[in-house]
Amino acid sequence: MSIDVSQFHQVFFEESFEGLDAMEMGLLGMQEGAADSDDSETINTIFRAAHSIKGGAGTFGFNQVSAFTHGLETLLDQMRNGERDVSQQAINSLLRAVDVLREMLTAVQQGVAIDEDSATAVSLEIEALLQSGTPAMADLETTEPAPTQAAGWQIHFKPHPHLLQTGNDPVRMLQELAGLGDLSVTLDNSALPAFSDLEPEDCYLAWTLTLRGDITREQINEIFEWVEGDCDLSISPLEPEQSAEVETEEPRTEDITEPPAPEAVINPAAEPKKALSETAMSSIRVGIDKVDSLINLVGELVITQSMLSQLGENFEVSRMQQLIDGLEQLERNTRELQEGIMRIRMLPISFAFNRFPRLVHDLSAKMGKQVELKLSGEQTELDKTVMEKIGDPLVHLVRNSLDHGLETPETRLANGKSETGLLHLNAYHQGGTIVIEISDDGAGLNEEKILSKAIERGLVASDDNLAPDKIHELIFMPGFSTADVVSDVSGRGVGMDVVRKNIHSLGGSVEVSSRAGAGSTFTIRLPLTLAIMDGQTIQVGDQRYIIPLISIIESVEIKPGTVKHVTGKGEVYSLRDEYLPIIRLYELFNLTPRSEKLEDGLLVVVEFEDRKVGLLVDELLAQQQVVIKSLESNYRKVTGMAGATILGDGTVALILDISGLLALYRNPSLVRTLKTIRAA
Amino acid sequence: MIELSQTNEILDMFDVMGRVEAGMQQFLTFELNQEHYGVEILRVQEIKGWDPVTPIPNTPVHLCGVLNLRGAIVPIVDLRLFFGMPYQPYTKTTVVVVLRVHDVTQRTVGIVVDAVSDAHNVHPDEIQPAPDFGEQVSTEFITGITRMDDNMVMLLDVDKLLNSEQIG
Repeated sequence: MSIDVSQFHQVFFEESFEGLDAMEMGLLGMQEGAADSDDSETINTIFRAAHSIKGGAGTFGFNQVSAFTHGLETLLDQMRNGERDVSQQAINSLLRAVDVLREMLTAVQQGVAIDEDSATAVSLEIEALLQSGTPAMADLETTEPAPTQAAGWQIHFKPHPHLLQTGNDPVRMLQELAGLGDLSVTLDNSALPAFSDLEPEDCYLAWTLTLRGDITREQINEIFEWVEGDCDLSISPLEPEQSAEVETEEPRTEDITEPPAPEAVINPAAEPKKALSETAMSSIRVGIDKVDSLINLVGELVITQSMLSQLGENFEVSRMQQLIDGLEQLERNTRELQEGIMRIRMLPISFAFNRFPRLVHDLSAKMGKQVELKLSGEQTELDKTVMEKIGDPLVHLVRNSLDHGLETPETRLANGKSETGLLHLNAYHQGGTIVIEISDDGAGLNEEKILSKAIERGLVASDDNLAPDKIHELIFMPGFSTADVVSDVSGRGVGMDVVRKNIHSLGGSVEVSSRAGAGSTFTIRLPLTLAIMDGQTIQVGDQRYIIPLISIIESVEIKPGTVKHVTGKGEVYSLRDEYLPIIRLYELFNLTPRSEKLEDGLLVVVEFEDRKVGLLVDELLAQQQVVIKSLESNYRKVTGMAGATILGDGTVALILDISGLLALYRNPSLVRTLKTIRAA
Repeated sequence: MIELSQTNEILDMFDVMGRVEAGMQQFLTFELNQEHYGVEILRVQEIKGWDPVTPIPNTPVHLCGVLNLRGAIVPIVDLRLFFGMPYQPYTKTTVVVVLRVHDVTQRTVGIVVDAVSDAHNVHPDEIQPAPDFGEQVSTEFITGITRMDDNMVMLLDVDKLLNSEQIG
């Protein structure tokens, strides 16, 4: 019977990626040469991660992955046993190996060809380390640099007396060995007691086995795998002068560049690369306490439901109060259940922060800067979808801080600061939003440079007298970069505007504050979740729409005389000292309003990317939390609509997307003519 | 013509019968402007009466809007308008056939038809290719033509008909 193992692939990949993250964190945390207890625990963690990846990859037949991990494991095993010093060189190689493994696993997961060049390069590097190895312990027998395919093996196998009780049978093992090659067996029965003293359940025998043939050490190990602790075992290669006997715990130095089994090699020509967007179905791990609390909540809901249905069976007006109480309880249950479900999607932000130690480690080395990275608030939770989308903007901001913000050690010393710059990532909850701060104690934004650049690009007039805040804001303008030298880190001028755009698309905002010479702080505010939002229901004609509450600044009644006309067509509303364009929603949506007179409607002032406009609606209805449903899952993206939601009466209401509405407003050709055909 | 309440029963019965007659293809037929059309029955998710939908601004005229189908937002296409036939007000017998469409992903789309007629077993030999009208009439959505109870029935390719580009 064969089991379809592909169903476990997803779990394997998830665990492996987690393992790789753990390895990376451990490696970065390791100090060169230090072998104190802390570090050995770290090495153990790294080793275990590598070991399980290798095991899993082998099980699922990802032979390239397991072959590659094998060398890694050997190196780590030597470090773990203290046979090898932990050198910076080794750590760097291991980090590169982690990268390669991650690429390999991603390739396997997506079913594309593995990039063998980088894998081979790194595995050669590791092999070189293994070969050049200067084992720390002098008394240790030298590792066997010879390839595994020795002429054969000499095995001394002396089971402990209780071996038979563990269900293992030496006979089977000898048979297995005989299956591998030419086996000759010498029995050592010297330990056999007199018949009267013989315990029938004990094993008194020992064997010396000579196995000839093209056999790897692995194959032999596999056979003895289950009895490792229950016997005295030594395996040594069969060579003219059989000098050193090698213990089982001995680091193994098989030929790791040995080509993997051909069936695992995916032919790159035959299989064109699949689009990366085709990502595998993702899953999340949920703490059992969260699930338990959900079960409790559902239990309460069931009780409330049965109470209400009992009440409904013989209802009288006198029991009205009971009904009201019951409905209140139902509302509370529902809300708690909703919150509980949302919590399942919440993950600590450490998932997003964890990549930064590595990034900072690599970049600061490259740029010759000394940087201390401080992470705080890692346990702050936010929605998984938000987390996935905030990763890239965060990387960008961190790179920027490293590149532009923090100075070189010399400059820092000259400015009376410590050599090591501080980069601080912080996260915390504030109201219904999560705040992420990226601050550094570097030079701060160079206002003069920004201003001159902005004038040069024609973004501001040279005689504009801008407040410092406004100058800082300029860095979010498209095509803006003040880096003197375009490096591969930053300075290409695509940057902060994209960061801001991405964060806006998540319904969040980003701000910068800076003090010359003291550093700068970027503050990102994001909604906790994308699945639910606060909305304002509005009425336009016979339709109801939802405006995201976060975009609404205020709602005003239009008084006569406050509306001005621009070139006879455009209308602007003068709100205090500002003029806001008026967008008549019914025109954009081809609806018949209750009244076309501005005074009869209401103006909802909304903001998008610092621009304010007024949306003319017929009426404001309730404010409520709405569950966002995608229009794309069954239909397509619609300009001006962020999605849809289901109202209390079961009908669908569309959620407005302010940026899309502005696009419709600016480009009237997108607005289709009235559907007169159905008016009949 | 049969009442709507019976159609879902027919669907259920048909499911059982359909398995018996191997080698047969099964189609749900419906009427549209006195013409008869058929869709593969395995693509039919459910048949329901007309309920008001939420129109989506700035979409083609044949897209009636979207409907809440047990929590899913499903677009509803008026097949008369889609085929360029005259508009007809929706009545009691107006029926929405909810279909499963295999596009890039699997999607659910509802079509508005005049009335559902029946479910039929058709042997593949009884299906003739769609006639070529040249440029005049587009037949790309029609997989074939067959005869049922003295009526000509055009068999529709749901995936070609209702992919996201087509319904716009």
